Amino acid sequence: MISQLQNRLESGIFTVTAELTLPDSSIKDELVETALKLSPYCDALNVTDATSAIPHFSSLAAASILLDNDIEPVMQISARDRNRIAIQGDVLGAHSLGIRNIFCITGDAVIFGDHPDAKPVFDLDSISMLAAIEKMTKDGCFMSGRKITPKPALFLGAAANPFAPPQSYRPHRTVKKWRAGASFFQTQFCFDLQIMKSFTEKLIELCNGKPPPILAGLGPLKASRMARWLGDKIPGVSIPDHIIERMEKYPQKDQAQVGLEISKETTENLKLIRGISGIHIMAYKWEQAVKDIVEDTGLSKNKRLP
Amino acid sequence: MVKLLEILYLVSSKFLSGVARKYGDNRIMNLLFVKFEWATKKPMFGCQMCGQCILHETGMSCPMGCPKEIRNGPCGGVRTDGTCELDPKMTCFWVTAWENTNKMRVFSQKIDLIQKPLDRRLKGTSAWINQSR
Repeated sequence: MISQLQNRLESGIFTVTAELTLPDSSIKDELVETALKLSPYCDALNVTDATSAIPHFSSLAAASILLDNDIEPVMQISARDRNRIAIQGDVLGAHSLGIRNIFCITGDAVIFGDHPDAKPVFDLDSISMLAAIEKMTKDGCFMSGRKITPKPALFLGAAANPFAPPQSYRPHRTVKKWRAGASFFQTQFCFDLQIMKSFTEKLIELCNGKPPPILAGLGPLKASRMARWLGDKIPGVSIPDHIIERMEKYPQKDQAQVGLEISKETTENLKLIRGISGIHIMAYKWEQAVKDIVEDTGLSKNKRLP
Repeated sequence: MVKLLEILYLVSSKFLSGVARKYGDNRIMNLLFVKFEWATKKPMFGCQMCGQCILHETGMSCPMGCPKEIRNGPCGGVRTDGTCELDPKMTCFWVTAWENTNKMRVFSQKIDLIQKPLDRRLKGTSAWINQSR
């Protein structure tokens, strides 16, 4: 086995991962503190690569710090900020530090971040990045053909967004990423179970009954206002009106609780969908939500044995 | 319409590659090819002269106008109405590509191909000549 995450996913245990909010700090204390709040409930933590095109703590450094604290990282690499030369070098460096899970994304456009004047790179896209790293692990060489000895062993992941148009193409795109080298997937926030279900059904069909593991994205909502903002401003996120209306029925101070209830219900329903191997919780600066969702849906680590 | 473009592509690429193979190394012909390619493909498809055309593999919808230049399918940020996350007035090239692909006869399976990263050296050159080499 290449990583613990691969081990858990392949043994069929319902898996929990979460996204770690990376600090704007030049020391590691805050990062470790936040990570330790999440790690008792998760099998691995994602460290993002300047998510939303806003610079934060480096994902490579963060992943290495997590390993020092016995937490398994999923290191994200975005194609927005690095060309093929930098990416391949970072992959080797990451492997040398013990990082085994690498997650390839194209990345949000720079215009959404706080440096809209930056030069976007996009030398590769997520799929050609997957193919390049797969070549490093399988063939033991760079894209140019130059040899790497010994070759790295990596467990590659990629993103899927079943909810964005063209929805009927999304399973095909996931298969394409799978063929390019991705062995597991984490999805965008899931609020619409029907769409998720048709996505996994089609995926299972396209993969002849053996689809790659899918971790459904969960986004606990703190307030109805935040829900609206997410749906309007964050690319690729769609939050159905009935979810927002349900939250709006309650006063502001109770809305976070309703948001958590929605996430727990979604988790219970996701468990029943064939093709869903776990959940990936993205709770921005809300670590308590991860604990509550995991414990209240019977997903504590001691309850999730093979 | 897409089927017509498909046939046009088939015929023109056969013919043009033939000519390019013969005269592509001639400097004047090379220049003519670049000008002609730009003059025809720019108005029709918004060609950016990447020099490695994959139009027929992406539903006759050129992905080079995508702000992220993704040649392997739509990003996750497409708005619910099918427009680009960066420009609400522009339909995502991949939404069009997928619609067209389903109508195509000859190249409909090509959308599943894993596209290689762009060779940045070819920008501004003629894809017709590059293909014939």
